[in-house]
Amino acid sequence: MKKNLFAFAGKRRNWSIPYILFLGFFVVVPLILIVYYAFTSTTGGLTLGNFTKFWNQPEAMHTFVFSIGVALITTFICLALGYPAAYILSRMESKTAKIMVLLFILPMWVNFLIRTLATVALFDFFRIPLGQGSLYFGMVYNFLPFMIYPIYNSLQKTDKNLIEAAQDLGANPSQVFFKTILPLSVPGISSGIMMVFMPVISTFAIAELLTINNIKLFGTTLQENIYNGMWNYGAALSLIMLLLIGLTSMLNSEGNAKAAEEGGLI
Amino acid sequence: MMKKILSNSYIGLLLAMLYAPILIIIIFSFTEAKVLGNWTGFSFKLYTNLFQGGVHHSLSSALWNTLIIGLIAAFVSMLLGTVAAIGIYNLKPRARKTVQLVNSIPILNPDIITAISLFLLFVSLGFSQGYTTVILAHISFCTPYVVLSVYPRLQRMNDNLYEAALDLGATPFYALRKVLLPELRPGMISGFILAFTLSIDDFVVTLFTIGNEGLETLSTYIYADARKGGLTPELRPLSAIIFITVLVLLLIINQRAAKKRL
Repeated sequence: MKKNLFAFAGKRRNWSIPYILFLGFFVVVPLILIVYYAFTSTTGGLTLGNFTKFWNQPEAMHTFVFSIGVALITTFICLALGYPAAYILSRMESKTAKIMVLLFILPMWVNFLIRTLATVALFDFFRIPLGQGSLYFGMVYNFLPFMIYPIYNSLQKTDKNLIEAAQDLGANPSQVFFKTILPLSVPGISSGIMMVFMPVISTFAIAELLTINNIKLFGTTLQENIYNGMWNYGAALSLIMLLLIGLTSMLNSEGNAKAAEEGGLI
Repeated sequence: MMKKILSNSYIGLLLAMLYAPILIIIIFSFTEAKVLGNWTGFSFKLYTNLFQGGVHHSLSSALWNTLIIGLIAAFVSMLLGTVAAIGIYNLKPRARKTVQLVNSIPILNPDIITAISLFLLFVSLGFSQGYTTVILAHISFCTPYVVLSVYPRLQRMNDNLYEAALDLGATPFYALRKVLLPELRPGMISGFILAFTLSIDDFVVTLFTIGNEGLETLSTYIYADARKGGLTPELRPLSAIIFITVLVLLLIINQRAAKKRL
């Protein structure tokens, strides 16, 4: 018996078994539970009621649409501010650029509650009342680095020869940019869009802190329902959010695959 | 030249926007004023208040909980993730792809979905929520990062070394200790620091798995405080400390990553 155990442990491929079981139990089963709860009623019967409830409840629906709007606007502002920054960084001398990029991505690892409170501090400091303005500022503040980093990565990897070739062939600066640089950075743009849009759509608590509870987003709707014991309805809402995220990542599949390949941010 | 000045000042402006709020918090953590922006003289009072019992008694326990949960979660994730990475590396390509895909789910999934899914798991099983559930939840989202930081070390190492050790009479355990582990150690340490950072930084998953027995970590403490009164004075030194701790940890990770590339 003991010998068998040794032989079993000696095969290193078997070492993945504990983790596979762990992943199954703590990653796969919980996701299946979301689907299970979403399609059952509180008494356990199969139902679509949770989804029709969402459809018929103007408040949840309104929050959902509003959150998509906030996410779209935030993504757009981040792109507009982030692209030029990524472009400038990619043109810097590599040593300076590295330090600059590090400076941009460092705040991203700090707890978003603290980053959000920091934004509140800025508004307090300048005595600007909190509201729509602070909501968008806070969102952009939180997520801008997520846009700059992937775009910088793809710009930095573009072959300089292609740009020179375009110049040699008589393209003026704006043609070089729009016909060569921009198309080559599309993978970076699309993973940047993903990395901003997805977290914004699922934020929880940021909007409330930034607007003193005046504006709430979909993530909070999820949390409130789960907290009030409406697990089935909450699970259905989570599934809707997952579908939305799945849809966005499918639209962005190229950029997303790239981002996953690079293994995230470190 | 003009272009260069313009572009440099644009970058400067963005960085100022990113760091100004943090700087404001740090500066005003050294004054006692209730309203942020009023300077009533330099003082360490907010800091000393933090570490004295009394009003903020729950803060020191939140701090301890955060550290203990972070250390346990990071340590277990490091062990589990390292063993897993070795196993995954030796799997057949198809199985390996599948496991790697599932491994990336917790990384790509939004916090709140991970949180709700784990919440549903624990309530369906009737687990009472508290220390154990938070630690299990943290292990589940930290381990994938450890796997990702150990795996490249395996790819870079010569597979024959381990076999050679076995051929030369080493037991599998001895070969593991003397051949494999020294090669993997840098990845394991980076993975540990990363897992610890993620754990002490986590808010959403913690909130959903912490139960309502009064257990608090720093982030749930901050959340409860901020929801009541916005940025209260006591949150200023606290944010400053956390911010600086995380920055230092990240600089260490980056330093290590830079060294590895050489």
